[in-house]
Amino acid sequence: MKIEFQGLTKQYDQEHVVLKPMDFSDDIHTLAIIGPSGGGKSTLLRILGGLLLPTSGQVSVGGEELPTDERALQKYRQGLGFVFQQGGLFRHLSAMENITLPLEQVHGYTKQEAARRAEELLERFGLGADGRKKPSELSGGQQQRVAIARAVAARPRLLLLDEPTSALDPEYTNEVLDVIHELKNEGMDFVIVTHEMGFARHACEKVAFLCEGSLLEYGDSASLFVHPKTRQLERFLSRLLEWNVSE
Amino acid sequence: MKLRRKLFFVQENGKANRLGACLNFVLVMGLFVAVFWLSLGAINVHLEFGFLGRFWLRIWDGFWMTIEISAASLILSLLIGILSAAGCGSPLLFVRYFFRIYVKFIRGTPLIMQIYLFFYIVGTAWGVENRFAAGVIILSTFEGAYISEIIRGSLLSLEESQLEAARAVGFTRRQTLRYVILPQLVARTLPALTGQFASIIKDSSLLSMIAVIELTQTIREITAVNFRMFECYLLLGMLYLCLTLPISFVSKWLERRFQYEN
Repeated sequence: MKIEFQGLTKQYDQEHVVLKPMDFSDDIHTLAIIGPSGGGKSTLLRILGGLLLPTSGQVSVGGEELPTDERALQKYRQGLGFVFQQGGLFRHLSAMENITLPLEQVHGYTKQEAARRAEELLERFGLGADGRKKPSELSGGQQQRVAIARAVAARPRLLLLDEPTSALDPEYTNEVLDVIHELKNEGMDFVIVTHEMGFARHACEKVAFLCEGSLLEYGDSASLFVHPKTRQLERFLSRLLEWNVSE
Repeated sequence: MKLRRKLFFVQENGKANRLGACLNFVLVMGLFVAVFWLSLGAINVHLEFGFLGRFWLRIWDGFWMTIEISAASLILSLLIGILSAAGCGSPLLFVRYFFRIYVKFIRGTPLIMQIYLFFYIVGTAWGVENRFAAGVIILSTFEGAYISEIIRGSLLSLEESQLEAARAVGFTRRQTLRYVILPQLVARTLPALTGQFASIIKDSSLLSMIAVIELTQTIREITAVNFRMFECYLLLGMLYLCLTLPISFVSKWLERRFQYEN
């Protein structure tokens, strides 16, 4: 999936600049965006997802340019899947309904088709028995797996995940990462904002390092983690390793 | 010791033991009746309800009128409440201030003052002579301010993440309103709205001040003839309870039904 942006910036007011001018162009399958908190990672992902408009610059995903008017944006978003950090499931609907409702209302599935697709996904993600439960009755890990199921249900061209495990207990983190890894093996392209460096390094082909609103490094995950070029990335990685159990 | 804990204390699961609940309910009711009975004895009053039979038709009419006024007011106040909740958040300053001042004024002043003010000044000036219509308008204006706050509170408590998720799955504005905002709003407001209906029923009694012949006014008229205040007002209380108690049960049930919200 070709992702491109030129002169992309985002700022809320004169002092509050979230993304400094940024250029990028590459064909990616799996990309991890890493970096310190407040560096603009989630903002960039939201712009890619059509949930936030950039202040300036051009963005295109898979050759489709990010539109600016609401109606075209709706269409643009329909082709993508988005998973939030938490609270992304509709609280008043069951796990099953969370998946079927967008399929029926947005993608034109019939009731039966939507139900079949939802059942198939829930079963595959180990949630076969939980379809009728409301989000509040599910564990954090289960909620995120339902959220991923909903995001991929309509077979989007790109999946965007915004720190899908950072609100989870460690025991639930792996079950969610396993699901994403499985999707990768099936050929699903995704961009993930994550603090899970092990996942970024081993499960994502490319990594982008975002710091204070600038794209400081980008490259193959295999080399980026071993040979950081900037002091900021070096420091960021060494801080993460400070309390690492294996060191 | 164990039995005493079971019968007189809330259990570890936060609920009451069934037998304990019955026993304590009877004890509390007994206490109320005893205090009342002793008080009546102290002032030498003997209750005699037999005479009420002669008035049952009038009481029934008053009772029915209370239900009609309350039902009509519920609908009108709901409309006013929705309009006002939307108006309070309007980007137009005039509209925003209009509804905010309305809510502040109504909630900050007693209903009885509003009844006099509206009926004798505004009502007379604008020719609202039908007392039923005037009663419903006044009561709805009053309750609408409270309903407005209930709805506004629910709207404010809708999380941004739910709206963002709706956009992310590709919903249009209309779909977001229909499939996300409205169901969550209904779930949050319905228990409180049901409770407000009980308030409407009780507050409608004040319309007796402008001689709307509802339940309270009927009882006042009956006591004016035979001076049997105690029997009449006891009956009045019971009749209001017949209306408000079931509503409070429905409100509690709705609260449990939509518990996923918490």
